[in-house]
Amino acid sequence: MTGTAVAPPPTVRASAPHRRGRLTDPAVGIWLAAAAVTALGWIVVAARGGDFLTLANVVGILQNCVALGLVAVGQTAVILTGSLDLSVAYLISLGTLVAATTMEDGGVVTAVLAVLALSAAVGLANGLIVTGLKVNAFIATLGTAFILRGWIEDNYTGPAGKVTVSFQHLGYDRIGPFPVSLFLLLAVAAALWLITRRTRFGHHLYATGGDEHAARLSGVRTRRTVIAAHVLCSLCVGAAALFLAARLGSGAPWAGTEARYDLESIAAVVLGGTALAGGRGGVVGTLGGVLVLAVLDSVFNQLGVDPFFKNVVRGVVIIAAVALYARRGSRRTA
Amino acid sequence: MTTATATGATYKRVVRSLGTGAPVYALLAVLLVLLAVTDIGFYEPDRFLAFVKRAAPLVILAAGQYLVIVCGEFDLSVGAIVTAGVVAAAEVYGSFPDAPWLIVASGLLLAGALAGLVNGLITTWLRVPSFITTLGMMLILEGAVFYWTGGSPHGQLPQDFRQLGRGTALGWLPWAVVACLAAGALAVLLMRSDFGRTLVATGDSERTAALSGVRVHRARVIAFVLSGVAAALAAVLVGGFSGVSAQAGRGYEFEAITAVVLGGVVLGGGRGSVVAAMAGAFSLQALFTLLNLRGVSGALESTVQGVIVIAAVGIGAADWSRLRRRRTNSSGGTPT
Repeated sequence: MTGTAVAPPPTVRASAPHRRGRLTDPAVGIWLAAAAVTALGWIVVAARGGDFLTLANVVGILQNCVALGLVAVGQTAVILTGSLDLSVAYLISLGTLVAATTMEDGGVVTAVLAVLALSAAVGLANGLIVTGLKVNAFIATLGTAFILRGWIEDNYTGPAGKVTVSFQHLGYDRIGPFPVSLFLLLAVAAALWLITRRTRFGHHLYATGGDEHAARLSGVRTRRTVIAAHVLCSLCVGAAALFLAARLGSGAPWAGTEARYDLESIAAVVLGGTALAGGRGGVVGTLGGVLVLAVLDSVFNQLGVDPFFKNVVRGVVIIAAVALYARRGSRRTA
Repeated sequence: MTTATATGATYKRVVRSLGTGAPVYALLAVLLVLLAVTDIGFYEPDRFLAFVKRAAPLVILAAGQYLVIVCGEFDLSVGAIVTAGVVAAAEVYGSFPDAPWLIVASGLLLAGALAGLVNGLITTWLRVPSFITTLGMMLILEGAVFYWTGGSPHGQLPQDFRQLGRGTALGWLPWAVVACLAAGALAVLLMRSDFGRTLVATGDSERTAALSGVRVHRARVIAFVLSGVAAALAAVLVGGFSGVSAQAGRGYEFEAITAVVLGGVVLGGGRGSVVAAMAGAFSLQALFTLLNLRGVSGALESTVQGVIVIAAVGIGAADWSRLRRRRTNSSGGTPT
């Protein structure tokens, strides 16, 4: 009932632990694809006399991964339960604004706590609306997105606040070729991987997404699971907002909406092999999906491709990748 | 006691005849009354017609979106189709200033059908979830439009093309209202035909429908094609109202889906009526108008919209589960 209402392929879905071999499959595929895209990009750029794998470029790619990666990792948890979250873009915008304005008067710690508290509250609201009011997740989170948008537009007219210099280190510092923020992403992703794969709650996530009715009958508190997934997702989004605030130096009402983190994150999750109907996939694949999108972006920038044409290619890539998964999945069950 | 049960029974009967759309008719009635209270002149014929005219694109989009949703899919590409349609029409007129409007408009409808056909074929043949298919289509169309126009669409639509959006028939009836009524009537007829029943059956249970001989894939593809045509028709109207801009169709996909869901149509398919979906579109437009008249600042408008959408859908969901429970309880308690 809380499903995303996207017709699931008529395959038999099983809970996570029994099918680990199959589960890792799309994840491996997407990482191979990421490697292939990188190699291809390197060849194409080199043929044009450029150098693709320069330090600056690699740092840029990794840097680009962080914001979308944080959101997509959170989105993975929600999508695994068969729900989805369309409010992430506005939550990011509001998060950067809250972070920057709080930092102006208070300390960094207060700001971080404020953003995380805000995120947790929004996630809780999303979860309660989806499970308590039984509003379809698509509409529920779209509604929350509208509410947040109104809040932002009513209170902020443009960039607001100022991020303290010490906090901006999160956005710009790096250790060797690795940006500091990458470690934030890796830490969050590792935490989510542990939660989804190694804890009882994680198994409940997969069970709820696979077949909510069956999960409930086997004693899983599906409502709680969905609510917790939404809170987790929003916390990840809060982390993304903090990173973007550090990067931008102030809060911006367009921080989340301009890059379309809502739809992009869902695309990255699905690209990473997580089933939109829930119950299959995982964090590792999502990171691969994010990497593919970031590498593609970088290749196009290097080649000087028209930015609007990038969207066209991106659309084709997403559809083609998911079509490939669907093909493979159907053969296995046939 | 007896009157109470009698009214209860009639209430139940009325609710049942309205189907899952009951909450939206109530919402629409409340909004229309509030509009009348807020603005005395709202029901003067020309102003009311102007309201219907403004609602027309959304109503048409909602009718198209309904067809897709009721068979269990999504169409997120309609907003992009509207934008692409408006911009493409302007580009065509840029190269051929004397093109007859009928040909350009039919060309747009054909292009919309083509976009819908691609959506449908990718969704059914390649088994890509329609959320992703139409999201990809949205990225592709938006990117293509901007790529084609170099980032800033320009050019103008001639008067005769804009007639459908802003002109009137017989001097008083806006063409947009005619188009809206025609599309609505067609949608109702379509849903009453065999194809409509097939479509609902497909959304309700794909497997059962397929086993009963429904060509599930074909039904879905046709639904996507019709949604694309509806979006192209909306593009003609929107181009008429507001001229050429790269933002022409932005957000329409979510508004259309919201309208359909407000109409009690279940995401996932198989339940809900097309009339209720169009009533949902009217409610949404009435809500926007009301907020404008009440002087709610443009910024808070979306907050109110969000709250009302969640509340309306939530109330709809809650009422239904309670009614169903009561019915099963009574049938279990008193054997008949």
